[in-house]
Amino acid sequence: MTMIQALRSAMDVMLGKDDNVVIYGQDVGYFGGVFRATDGLQAKYGKQRVFDAPISEGGIVGTAVGMGAYGLRPVVEIQFADYFYPASDQIVSEAARLRYRSAGDFTAPLTIRMPCGGGIYGGQTHSQSPEAMFTHVCGLRTVMPSNPYDAKGLLIASIENDDPVIFLEPKRLYNGPFDGHHDRPVVSWAKHPMGEVPEGYYTVPLDKAAIFRPGADLTVLTYGTMVWVSEAAALETGIDCEIIDLRTLWPLDLDTIVESVKKTGRCVVVHEATRTSGFGAELASLVQEHCFYYLEAPIERVTGWDTPYPHAQEWAYFPGPDRVGAAFKRAMEAK
Amino acid sequence: MSQGNPLSLHVPEPTGRPGCKTDFSYLQLSAAGEVRKPPTDVQFGDTADLVSSLIRVLDEDGNAVGPWAPQIDAEQLRFGLRTMMKTRIFDARMVIGQRQKKMSFYMTSLGEEAIGTAHALALKDGDMCFPTYRQQSLLMAREYPMVDMICQLLSNERDPMKGRQLPVMYSVKAKGFFTISGNLATQVPQAVGWAMASAIKGDTKIASAWIGDGATAESDFHTALTFAHVYRAPCIINVVNNQWAISTFQAIAGGESVTFAARGVGAGIASLRVDGNDFLAVYAASCWAAERARNNLGPTLIEWVTYRAGPHSTSDDPSRYRPADDWTRFPLGDPIARLRQHLTKIGAWSDEEHEKVQSELEAEVLAAQKEAEQYGTLADGRVPSAASMFEDVYKEMPEHLRRQRQQLGV
Repeated sequence: MTMIQALRSAMDVMLGKDDNVVIYGQDVGYFGGVFRATDGLQAKYGKQRVFDAPISEGGIVGTAVGMGAYGLRPVVEIQFADYFYPASDQIVSEAARLRYRSAGDFTAPLTIRMPCGGGIYGGQTHSQSPEAMFTHVCGLRTVMPSNPYDAKGLLIASIENDDPVIFLEPKRLYNGPFDGHHDRPVVSWAKHPMGEVPEGYYTVPLDKAAIFRPGADLTVLTYGTMVWVSEAAALETGIDCEIIDLRTLWPLDLDTIVESVKKTGRCVVVHEATRTSGFGAELASLVQEHCFYYLEAPIERVTGWDTPYPHAQEWAYFPGPDRVGAAFKRAMEAK
Repeated sequence: MSQGNPLSLHVPEPTGRPGCKTDFSYLQLSAAGEVRKPPTDVQFGDTADLVSSLIRVLDEDGNAVGPWAPQIDAEQLRFGLRTMMKTRIFDARMVIGQRQKKMSFYMTSLGEEAIGTAHALALKDGDMCFPTYRQQSLLMAREYPMVDMICQLLSNERDPMKGRQLPVMYSVKAKGFFTISGNLATQVPQAVGWAMASAIKGDTKIASAWIGDGATAESDFHTALTFAHVYRAPCIINVVNNQWAISTFQAIAGGESVTFAARGVGAGIASLRVDGNDFLAVYAASCWAAERARNNLGPTLIEWVTYRAGPHSTSDDPSRYRPADDWTRFPLGDPIARLRQHLTKIGAWSDEEHEKVQSELEAEVLAAQKEAEQYGTLADGRVPSAASMFEDVYKEMPEHLRRQRQQLGV
């Protein structure tokens, strides 16, 4: 399956398994989503379960909070992560706080899907990676898969989770893995082992990172598209990197991170999002705090620049394998 | 073409500022009994005349007149009067508690007691209200124990919110009272979503959303009207127009020369504009809207015209921005006085009984306060444990919160 098919399969499974699951968002119903992620679901489950919504992110999330309070399990879509901002108040002030402020009287077991990330000539409002806007919010879980198998397992786990989950989907990975080499032909998930996805129900736990590539020299902390870019950079530099795909950004799997950095003594954080106050700052801080006496080099961060995401300068902005590889070398050369 | 005169920005002002009198002629009033009552399956467009008039039942002499005069027995009205009195006495007592520093903050609903009380009588068990911070009368009408309310206000060891919430931000799921948020208007689309959920499940329950005049300017109000209309959500959207948003006159919220009820019709929602200080009108309009929702005929918006008689909160001094005696000149009067007059007229109430009930309720509130204070107050430091601060952020406490709790040493 492609990541799109895997996500659709996850929603299909959960619509079948739990009568309280409902799916809605802009163009999600009859049309099946602008990325096809909900294709066929309305025809299969009916308009009471899968339906189109007005163009109102605040309304989509706000009504989902109310449905959650009633006892449903809404899975709503924001068409692009770049357009979640109108729903900020409902996400931060409401969904994330409902359980806490009511001492468990009301809960918001919702999943908010958002296609995110760049590398597609999406320009300023179709490329952003706003994960740090969510990881900073107490009460939210923030999840981002990097392959079809995880996408389905993590989405099922997110829908089943009783906490509100921000489910970020790197749209660059929807049809195939992408290592940042934009000049080479794109490979489909059909030709990749991680495109093998079981048809039925399974989960990938929300609080576990994956060691995407084991290695001895350097720990790479990353997620989403940058997992694949990091792998390419490791192969091209010949550095034996241990690449950790965080999968769940927050609350994260600290043990796997700390164990790896204690082993390698070096750490590079890689994400597409802009640098300053990005999620990488939290990762670097955690590693510094927990692995200080094991570190043999400063923690490096390779990220998007502190600029809005440009159009024409796509590949100068996107942290590709060359920039990532250069950081790996610096980390290895540091004494 | 002529050049035209220089432009100027229009900034609405209330007619009454400290030291002068408000000209209440801006309120579009109707005589009691004057406004028609459409069938509950009315199309939204056929309520257009109802958003610029005012549904009223009680006339100047306390008679129930016109098509909206509801079928309601005297016992329910007596309960309504008693509940309004209880709300007012409770509010007054809690303001004293705040001044005595037993609690940090309080907000009264002085003058608005009829709206929540009568509305609650039109709802059924299982219906869910999405209130603001000024609908305590809903809890009073649903007979939520005052001791529990005061424990929340005191943030004490028995506070159901475990000391996490500012006073008055109650949450009482069992009484159909959704957790109150400090963020204005957020609850209105949530109410619509709750109603959509009830419809999706083929349930018979309805939602009741609450918002003030000022907060209608928030985007969530607009959003909620759109979703309620699009999905014909079984809900009632209550706009309590008390003329003031803290210091801001309702004209600055968009109420100049237009009513808030008119917004509903513009969004495709059947809408009413009702005398919020007329207990019988509130009950009748609420029953009408609830019946529409229950029969899957769609949402209703109701603008309740009332007056915020008290300060916005215990942190507010209204004499800085409006006439001190404004309420005494508000044309729709006092909801308690008006229902008392009506009940007296029909022989179901007397001055003696009023005095007696007043004393009983004062004693009841005092006793509840005394009982609640046994569990501590913010002042004496008997508050929920600091360890409980880390609970309920997530369903299960994640590792980082365990570590932070340990760092606090609790």
